[in-house]
Amino acid sequence: MTAVVPQVDQPVFLDVDSVREDFPILKEHVHGKPLIYFDNGATSQKPIPVIEAMHRYYLQENSNIHRGVHLLSTQATIAYEQARSKVKSFINAGSENEVVFVRGTTEAINLVAQTYGRQNVKSGDEIILTAMEHHSNIVPWQLLAKQNGATIKVVPMTDQGELIIDEYEKMFTPRTRLVAVVHVSNSLGTVNPVHHMVEIAHRHGVPVLVDGAQAVQHMPVDMRAMQCDFYAFSAHKMYGPTGVGILYGREELLQDMPPYQGGGDMIRSVSFEETTFNELPYKFEAGTPNISGGIAFDATIDYVNQIGMHRIMAYENALMRYATESLLNIPGLRIIGTAKTKASVISFVLDGVHPHDVGTFLDLEGIAIRTGHHCTQPVMTFFGIPATSRVSLALYNKKEEIDVLVEALHKVRKTFG
Amino acid sequence: MSDLKELYQDTILDHNKNPRNFHKMPDATLSLEGYNPLCGDHLFLYVKLDNDVITDVSFEGSGCAISKSSASLMTTVLKGKRVDEAISLFEKFHDLITSPMDKQPNTDGLGKLAVFSGVREFPARIKCAGLAWHTLKSALEGDQRTISTEQ
Repeated sequence: MTAVVPQVDQPVFLDVDSVREDFPILKEHVHGKPLIYFDNGATSQKPIPVIEAMHRYYLQENSNIHRGVHLLSTQATIAYEQARSKVKSFINAGSENEVVFVRGTTEAINLVAQTYGRQNVKSGDEIILTAMEHHSNIVPWQLLAKQNGATIKVVPMTDQGELIIDEYEKMFTPRTRLVAVVHVSNSLGTVNPVHHMVEIAHRHGVPVLVDGAQAVQHMPVDMRAMQCDFYAFSAHKMYGPTGVGILYGREELLQDMPPYQGGGDMIRSVSFEETTFNELPYKFEAGTPNISGGIAFDATIDYVNQIGMHRIMAYENALMRYATESLLNIPGLRIIGTAKTKASVISFVLDGVHPHDVGTFLDLEGIAIRTGHHCTQPVMTFFGIPATSRVSLALYNKKEEIDVLVEALHKVRKTFG
Repeated sequence: MSDLKELYQDTILDHNKNPRNFHKMPDATLSLEGYNPLCGDHLFLYVKLDNDVITDVSFEGSGCAISKSSASLMTTVLKGKRVDEAISLFEKFHDLITSPMDKQPNTDGLGKLAVFSGVREFPARIKCAGLAWHTLKSALEGDQRTISTEQ
């Protein structure tokens, strides 16, 4: 299968019923009701080609990579490296050397914190984060700050959930060493102006890491256009397997960074006196990776490209507008996160009903949503709420499902009101 | 098949809407905070003791219907109980909400607390029902720290 390059002029029309045929799990029943899956921000469902790629690997192709001279190993190596090339094209990176396979977004961020960070962030230096980061883009920097005696500064946001860029600009000092910012907020849905934020940081000579975990499945991302220095994302939120993620890093930076973990594959030669590290990107890939996951990720990108990211984006945006308008008709419902530019995520609170009761009630209606703090406790504190209910949409969701949700939320109000 | 009515029984909905003994107690013998960081259930429990006997209990805080009604119902059954009786009630209640699905739940001696028997079918909600009770047990055993269900 060859990748289809997304075309800007693709028609907005997306045949959702035919897309749904690709996701067998959508035919399941939960508590006796047809499953309505609105927890895509946590993980998306997987289409048949992705499941089959994984299945085929273990049935017919299983072998370790970068090692054997035998045929299966050679083929597995080629398939795994082809996945890397596919990722390179998908995000428009400069070369395969800039595409590092990791377990997921979290590991990608930890990798940067413990290599680039430990090397470049010293006592008295500053790291800029934002008020809407996921815990996984806060805690690795706190660990680093503690190790190296650095401080963390936080870009504030408005009540709509938009970063205050004027404040961001004022935060840079000669001690600023890194900016880490989320591309799309997992609890608010805000799409941050990362291109602009990178430009500002670079004016001060400061590199930027962008957490793309909630972005890559909803919009085209282009490393050479964005110019960020690091970009982290996971396969499993974009219809791919769990346990596979990507760290994109600019080659010049990756070149100078020390290795992350030691082990096989990341070395060129080892003696008890000295070890020479492997070239990029293998320097950061110690041990046998998630080979089946990598190969299934290749199939994932083919699947997404076949539909077309622009078409997915247009479809999801229309669906989100419909969902937002429908939900706002429910008395006592307030949407948390009302930024001008949003993607997929609708967080809300319902007067007098705790999100966990909403979640359990909807579950019994067959509707899966996320409730809680969404690993963004500082965001909850900012809005003065313990938790929200979150609906996060994917390309296989449809208007009829939103209607069922709205109907169920009316019942929630009746039961608890 | 689990259904809505089994979990959210009328008694639970009523205690959620109109929690009993829902106030601060300035002259409490024991007071302790209970917190479930995953859900955000958060309560303060107050207990007045006369020697070994609980003479008054109250609570305040916020949380889901299960945690709030569990705290409310708990306060209604403790007055006049000795500390060891309260601890034994904790154990019975704990067994009720955590008993395996293939066994009939034992509601002996639990009275109206038996309305929480449906909770065991919802593993994600067991800690909501247990928060007030865990806080009570720790308070009676002299613990000073905030009780978290995430330990």
